[in-house]
Amino acid sequence: MSEIVDILISASFWAAVIRIATPLILATMGELICERAGVLNLGIEGIMVIGAFAGWMAVYQGLPLWGGVAVAMGAGMLFGLLHSTLTVPFGLSQHVVGLGVTLLATASASFAYRLMLPEVTSPPKIEPFQPLHIPSLSDLPWAGEALSQTALTWTAFAVAGLVAWVLYRTPLGLAVRAVGENPAAVEAQGLSVTGLRMGAVIVGSGLMAVGGAFLTLSAFSSFFFEMVNGRGWICIALVVFGAWKPGKAVLGAILFAGFDALQIRLQQTDLGAVLPYQLFLALPFILSILALILMSRRAEVPASLMVPYNKGER
Amino acid sequence: MSQNAGAEVVLRLDRITKSFGALRANDAVSLTLRRGEVVALLGENGAGKTTLMNILFGHYVADEGVVEVFGAPLPPGNPRAALAAGVGMVHQHFTLAGNLTVLDNIRLGTESLWSRWHAGAREKVQRLSRDFGLAVHPDAKVGRLSVGERQRVEILKALYRDARVLILDEPTAVLTPQESEALFATLRKATALGLSIIFISHKLHEVMAIADRCVVLRHGRVVGEVDTHATDKAALAALMVGGELSLPRAEARAPGPVLMQLDAVSTPDRGAAPGLKAVRLSLRAGQITGLAGVSGNGQAALAEIVAGLALPGSGAISLRGSPVARWSPGEALARGVARIPEDRHHQGSIADFDLTENAVLEGYKTRFSRRGWMNWRAARGFAEGIIRDYDVRCPGPETRIRLLSGGNMQKLILGRAMAPGPEIILANQPVRGLDVGAIAYVQGQLIAARDRGAAVLLISEDLDEIMGLSDVIHVMSQGRLSPGFARGTMTAAELGLWMAGQKFGDSDAA
Ligand SMILES: Nc1ncnc2c1ncn2[C@@H]1O[C@H](COP(=O)(O)OP(=O)(O)OP(=O)(O)O)[C@@H](O)[C@H]1O
Ligand SMILES: [Mg+2]
Repeated sequence: MSEIVDILISASFWAAVIRIATPLILATMGELICERAGVLNLGIEGIMVIGAFAGWMAVYQGLPLWGGVAVAMGAGMLFGLLHSTLTVPFGLSQHVVGLGVTLLATASASFAYRLMLPEVTSPPKIEPFQPLHIPSLSDLPWAGEALSQTALTWTAFAVAGLVAWVLYRTPLGLAVRAVGENPAAVEAQGLSVTGLRMGAVIVGSGLMAVGGAFLTLSAFSSFFFEMVNGRGWICIALVVFGAWKPGKAVLGAILFAGFDALQIRLQQTDLGAVLPYQLFLALPFILSILALILMSRRAEVPASLMVPYNKGER
Repeated sequence: MSQNAGAEVVLRLDRITKSFGALRANDAVSLTLRRGEVVALLGENGAGKTTLMNILFGHYVADEGVVEVFGAPLPPGNPRAALAAGVGMVHQHFTLAGNLTVLDNIRLGTESLWSRWHAGAREKVQRLSRDFGLAVHPDAKVGRLSVGERQRVEILKALYRDARVLILDEPTAVLTPQESEALFATLRKATALGLSIIFISHKLHEVMAIADRCVVLRHGRVVGEVDTHATDKAALAALMVGGELSLPRAEARAPGPVLMQLDAVSTPDRGAAPGLKAVRLSLRAGQITGLAGVSGNGQAALAEIVAGLALPGSGAISLRGSPVARWSPGEALARGVARIPEDRHHQGSIADFDLTENAVLEGYKTRFSRRGWMNWRAARGFAEGIIRDYDVRCPGPETRIRLLSGGNMQKLILGRAMAPGPEIILANQPVRGLDVGAIAYVQGQLIAARDRGAAVLLISEDLDEIMGLSDVIHVMSQGRLSPGFARGTMTAAELGLWMAGQKFGDSDAA
């Protein structure tokens, strides 16, 4: 028990939690925007892969780091455009299109990788984002270490705040929340259902891709095919966990990251000697499922999530 | 000529034509609306009233014809342009987002998406709701409001945008008579301020009370246009259905044995809706039992018990004298209870299923399948039978039910309920939203069912309907049930006192 307490009060643990949470927060915000507008985006896993790849490749080709972020975002938005064109005006099944986009985006990443780096055996490294030094904050004893994070992490939290502000405080956010609930209400007030939904999916997909790019541009400094490793699916669960609210979703991401960081450290304690390591790997997922069950009991799902809208039909 | 004859023309529809496949929903329809005038649009279910209004508002694009507002043509298929031109519409099926507050629903889309909110919206809503008598709290979640309140929000939406033309598509279909009165008071205030109104309703007494002029549609064409004070209800009804119409009257008959009996049934209150308070009710063979009362007084709870959707908190249900042990919707169906639900969209049908599938929803396990395999040929034949016998206006049995007009949907549900020859029929607001012809038909069917020995429980807010059809009348108020009054022993005024709850109390034992 005392070992767990030791872990929980160490600054390095919290630094890891925030780091692990960053891509989850970004991609969860992306998914949340899509779902609030009424579109389930199962392309998220693949879009994170393409974001990770495109950002890294752009920087490897000589672009500055923020240029890499922008390229990743653009790539994500392109796949968002594809997804939303098929699901919104054409009204195709969001499940099928989403899984298709994930397959296509993942395959595109490996295709482009082989095409652009035919010779290499191990992926080249880039110079990643460095932890930001913030005067006076970084010098604090415990918090300084826990908050020693890269600019992209700070951006993720800023994005979450921005998403919450736009959703709840602006005419645009109101329209997004309304279109996911009842598109007929939006049309009757003279707004374009298609425009709002496509816009939300495109912007949301851009954020997912930036979440993926965090992995290559900030966390690992290189690209591996398996690196997204189901994070996209976690984000889908986090949106449900957060009851489609940005603040709660961020908390969920931090909670999941906390379990993840904890299990890595638990493996190195005495417990790790007795219990099989697979058990530790499963821990964050098991705990997340439990939390999900507890949290999402009274959640209000956007009423028109996954319901296509056809103008001129009733 | 109405008194508005010389006033400025605010709206002109010119030769609007619209087809859905082979079905011509509007056929060269023309209509003018003047300042301060109320025009009633009448017509049978499926005559094309909603379609015409949807074209005017830009939800649908007409195949031919023009819409002019204040002399300027409206671009087709563009609700934004219609709103900007001063047209406001209260849809037959509300267009509100339930997760948002009243204020948010009202101001949705009223400001540029790229700007921030401007101050003063709340004050404007509050001022309008005071001026027009539309009481509703701006911060209430719309999902929790009653239908009457939602209606007010819809009207506020239009007023907030300074609408000059207000379209109301069957606004009173789901309102209580009291709420309808309040609505008319609001509309009179609006016309006094120079608004013009198109009012759609199947209730002819409302039309006579509020409209200056009536335009009648039949099969998508204008078949008549009359000034209200130069006509009467019978003439309007004849114009709508294209012939004389006689409402069925049920003659008294000797009732048979008790088929269903509720003994001291109570259910818990549900929020503001009262539960049942020790309700005793017998449904007899060959008898129509009418249940009068303002909706929201426990009728829904009683209907759920009868249909097996809920179990009594205390008390007993017996069928043909023997108490029921298990009670569920399936059990109720199996024991010969047929249900015409109050809400045809959510409880009566599955929107994206076709007519065949909807027709067999209650019998697919027993009548239309063998050893787990559906017999679609029989199902289709069954649906075609209903469509023929009940005159359901539709392209065919493979049409998705959501495309039907409300009245036609109701006819299908009625046909489905009546087909197995049920012993007990629960008819909850069976003629809501139906045209006069369809009402006569549905009521005739209920009487026919009674005459062949079924027990009918008729729940309605319309006292005329209750008094015209029922052999025995009970009144519900605050979850309590009055004693049964035989046909002709009560006047409407006396029933009104019971409805207001004033007669309950000492007579509880009755
Ligand atoms: N989007 C659509 N697709 C196919 N058919 C439609 C569509 N909208 C309406 N219809 C058909 O057009 C006809 C006219 O429908 P409409 O809703 O205008 O009738 P209504 O006069 O409003 O009837 P009610 O009194 O029952 O509301 C109906 O037969 C209906 O089935
Ligand atoms: Mg209609």
